[in-house]
Amino acid sequence: MVPKNKIVILVFHPVLHKSRINRVLLNAVEGLEGVSIRYIYDLYPDYQIDIKAEQEVLLNHDIIVWQHPLYWYSSPSLLKEWIDLVLEHGFAYGKSGRALEGKSVLTAITSGGRRDAYGSDKGLKFSIRNLLAPFEQTVCLCRMRYLPPFVTHGTHLLKSDQIEKAAEDYVRIIEGLRDGTFSDDDLEKQEYINDIIP
Amino acid sequence: MHEQDFFQNALVYLLAAVISVPIAKRLGFGSVLGYLIAGMIIGPFVLGYIGHEGEDVMHFAEFGVVMMLFLIGLELKPNLLWGMRKSIFGLGGLQLLVTALVIGAVSVVLGQSIGAGIAIGLTLGLSSTAIVLQTLAEKGLMKQASGKASFSVLLLQDIAVVPILALIPLLAGSAISAGDGSSLDVQYIAGIEITGWVQVALMLSVITLMVVVGLYLVKYFFRIIARTGLREVFTAAALLLVISAAALMELVGLSPALGAFLSGVVMANNEYRHELEADIEPFKGLLLGLFFISVGASMNFGLLGSSPGTILSLLAALIGIKFVVLFILGRVFGIRGGQNTMFAFSLAQGGEFAFVLVAFSVDNGVLTPDTSAILFLVVALSMAVTPLLLLLNDKVIMPLVFKSENTREEDTIDDEETPLIIAGFGRFGVILGRFLIANGMSATILDDNPENIDVLRKFGFKVYYGDATRADLLASAGADKAKVLIVTVDDRQKSLKIIDLAQRNYPHLKILVRAVSMKHSYELVDRKVDAFERDMLESSLLLGIEALTHLGYKRYHAHRLAHTFRLHTRKVLRELHKHHKDDEKLYLSETNRHAMELEEIFRAEKEDRSHGSDSSWDVSSRRKEAEEINPPAQEE
Repeated sequence: MVPKNKIVILVFHPVLHKSRINRVLLNAVEGLEGVSIRYIYDLYPDYQIDIKAEQEVLLNHDIIVWQHPLYWYSSPSLLKEWIDLVLEHGFAYGKSGRALEGKSVLTAITSGGRRDAYGSDKGLKFSIRNLLAPFEQTVCLCRMRYLPPFVTHGTHLLKSDQIEKAAEDYVRIIEGLRDGTFSDDDLEKQEYINDIIP
Repeated sequence: MHEQDFFQNALVYLLAAVISVPIAKRLGFGSVLGYLIAGMIIGPFVLGYIGHEGEDVMHFAEFGVVMMLFLIGLELKPNLLWGMRKSIFGLGGLQLLVTALVIGAVSVVLGQSIGAGIAIGLTLGLSSTAIVLQTLAEKGLMKQASGKASFSVLLLQDIAVVPILALIPLLAGSAISAGDGSSLDVQYIAGIEITGWVQVALMLSVITLMVVVGLYLVKYFFRIIARTGLREVFTAAALLLVISAAALMELVGLSPALGAFLSGVVMANNEYRHELEADIEPFKGLLLGLFFISVGASMNFGLLGSSPGTILSLLAALIGIKFVVLFILGRVFGIRGGQNTMFAFSLAQGGEFAFVLVAFSVDNGVLTPDTSAILFLVVALSMAVTPLLLLLNDKVIMPLVFKSENTREEDTIDDEETPLIIAGFGRFGVILGRFLIANGMSATILDDNPENIDVLRKFGFKVYYGDATRADLLASAGADKAKVLIVTVDDRQKSLKIIDLAQRNYPHLKILVRAVSMKHSYELVDRKVDAFERDMLESSLLLGIEALTHLGYKRYHAHRLAHTFRLHTRKVLRELHKHHKDDEKLYLSETNRHAMELEEIFRAEKEDRSHGSDSSWDVSSRRKEAEEINPPAQEE
C-alpha cells in the first residue's frame, strides 16, 4: 500500500550518542513504512549544508518533521542555519516561491522543564507555542501548514517506562499523520499534537 | 649419488605430505594426523621408501619444535607469563609428579625395577609439545582455558627435562647394571670438565645474558639488517637468532626448546616481532611436518604384529592413566566442563622427549633394549591416536557435556589484538595515528622504514617493522580480528597491493586509504574501498583560505568558498573517473601524467561553472521584489 503522506524526519541533535529520549523516539519510528530519517548533524558536520540536496528532499515528501531538543527556548543552531539556507527566496517563499505549498511541518521537541512550568505566572513566562512562534511563522510564510508540536516534557526525570510511553505516542502520531487519520479540526484544536491521542 | 638420494628423499617426503595432509584436513583430522599417516605409509613397514635414516630426520626435525616455542614465546609478554606461574608450577608440576608416580608404580607391578619404574614414569609423564600445540593452534584453542592450561603443563615439562636427564644416570644403581653414579657431578661442556655448581651458575648467567641481549641489543641488530632492505637477510637473521638461542642453551645443558621459548618471550615487546613471526612461521610449519612424518615412519609395526594384545593394552593404560590424572587436576584447578575434557585428552599422549629419554636410559643401563622398543612404539602410537581422541572429544563428548551444563564457553581474550591496523606510519600516518590514539583507540602500526620506527618507539607508539604488502605480516598483525585497516603508504603500487591483499583475504575489513594521485583515486574508486582522501587536498585548501584572507576577503567568506571548491573537486574526480581510460596513459611517465591530469582538471573546471552560492544570505533578490511592489521614490 502506498502511504497517503510521505514523511521525512530531519533530526537536529549534536550529541545524539548522549541522548536519552530522542534516541528512543528515533528507534521507535525507524523503519516505519513511508518514513525516512535524516541525521543532519552527521550529514553536515562542518555546517556546510548541501542546499540543493535538502531542497530535493523537501520536494519529495509531504510532511517534514524537525526533531530536536529545546536549546535555550529554541533549536540547536544547525536548524537555524538549515532554515536560513534551504528555504531560499524564490524557492520556499516570495512571489515565485511556491515549491513547498501545501506541505506540513511538525516540530518534535524534548524539554527538561515540566509542561506546567511553561507559560505560568510562577514559572517561565512563555508557553511552548509562544516560544515556537518564529518557526510557525516561517512555515506559514512558505505556504505550509504548521502542525501542533509533539513535545516530551520533563526529560531529566523521565523513567524508562515513561520514555517508552513517549516513544509509543510518537509512533502513533507519525503513523496517524502518514495515513491521514487525524481530522483537520481535531488537529486545529490541540495545543500539542500529543493531546490528540486519547 | 648423494645428491640423487637427497632429491629422492625430498620427493618422497614432500609428495607424502602434499597428498595426505589435505586429505586428513578434509576429513576433519587436522594436519598432524595427516603427517603421521604419511610417515607410516612411506616408512619401512608399509612402502619402505624410507628406512632407518628416518630417525636422523627426526632429530633434525625436532628443530621445528624449537621454532614453535620461539613463536609461542613471541606471543607471550613477560607479564603474561608471570601471571601464569601458578598454573605452570602448580598444575604442571602436579601433573608430572602424579602421573610419574602412578605409571612408575604400574611399571614396578609389571616387573620393572624401582629405578626403571621411576625412569619410565617420568618419561611417560611428558606429553608431546609438537602435537598438542600444533593441534590446539589449528583448532584456535590457544587462547581458551584448555589451551592455556595445556601450554602451562607443556612448559613445565620442557623445564623438567633437564633435571630428568640429570636423574636418569643415578637410577642405574638400583637397576640392572650399576652405574658409577658420578655422571651428575661431572659434565663436559665444550670439552672442559665442569662440576655441578659451576654448571648451575653457567645456566643462570647464560639466561641473564639472553635476557639482556634480547631486551636491549637485538633491536639494534635488526635495525641494521632492516636497513639493508634485503628480505632474505632479515630471514637469515631471524633464523640465526633462534638457532643461537637454542645452541647456547644446549651448550650449558638446558633444553634448546626452552632457550628458544625464553628468547621469544624476551622479544615479545620488540618492534620487529611481527616480521620475525612471519619469517619463522613457514620454517616451523615445514619442520614440524617433517617431524611428524618421521615419527610416523619410525613406528615398529613388526612389534605390534607380534604382540598386539600387550602393546594395545599398554597404550590404553598410558592414555587412561594420563587422562584421569589430567582430568582430576584440571577440575582442581578450575577448568570447567568441555574445556577440561579437551585439556585432558590433548595431553594424554607420550611426547617427543620420550624418544630422547628412553634412548638415554638404555645408554645408562636403566632400561633394557626390549623395554625401550615397546616404550618407543607405545609412545608413537599414543601420539598418532591423539588427533583421533580430540576428534572424538569434539564430535561426541563436547556435545554431550554441553547438553548437560548451561555454562557458557569462555570468550577468547587476546589483549594484543587491536580493532585498527595502520599500514604506513610516515608523515601522514603519524598525524592520523596520533588523533586516533589520543581518542583512546589502540592500533597495530606497520611501517617499513627503520628510521621512523626508531623515533616513534621512543615516544611510546606501538610500531612494528614490516612490509604490509606481505600476506603473512597482515595475518600476524591480527587482520582477521581487526575492524578497520588504514592504508597511508605513499607508494601507489604498494598501497594497491595492500588493498588487494586485504580485500581478498579479509573481506570483513573496512579499508580507508590515503590517495596519492588522481590515478590512484580512480583505482580506489574501482576497488570500492570504504573511504579515501586525497592526501594534499585539505592542507592546500586551508592555506588557500589564508591567502584569500590576506588578500582582503572576510575569513568566513573564504572558508565557504573553499568548501564549494572542495565539493567541486570531488565532482570533477567522479566525472573524470567515468571518462578515464587507463590503457591510453599506461605508457606515460609519472610527470607527464601529472601534467595531463592538470590539463584535464582545468578543462573540466571550465565546463562546470556550477559553483554554489549562498543565495539565501544574499538579499538582492528580495530587495528587487520589494522594489517592484514599492517603487523607490523619485529623488528630488
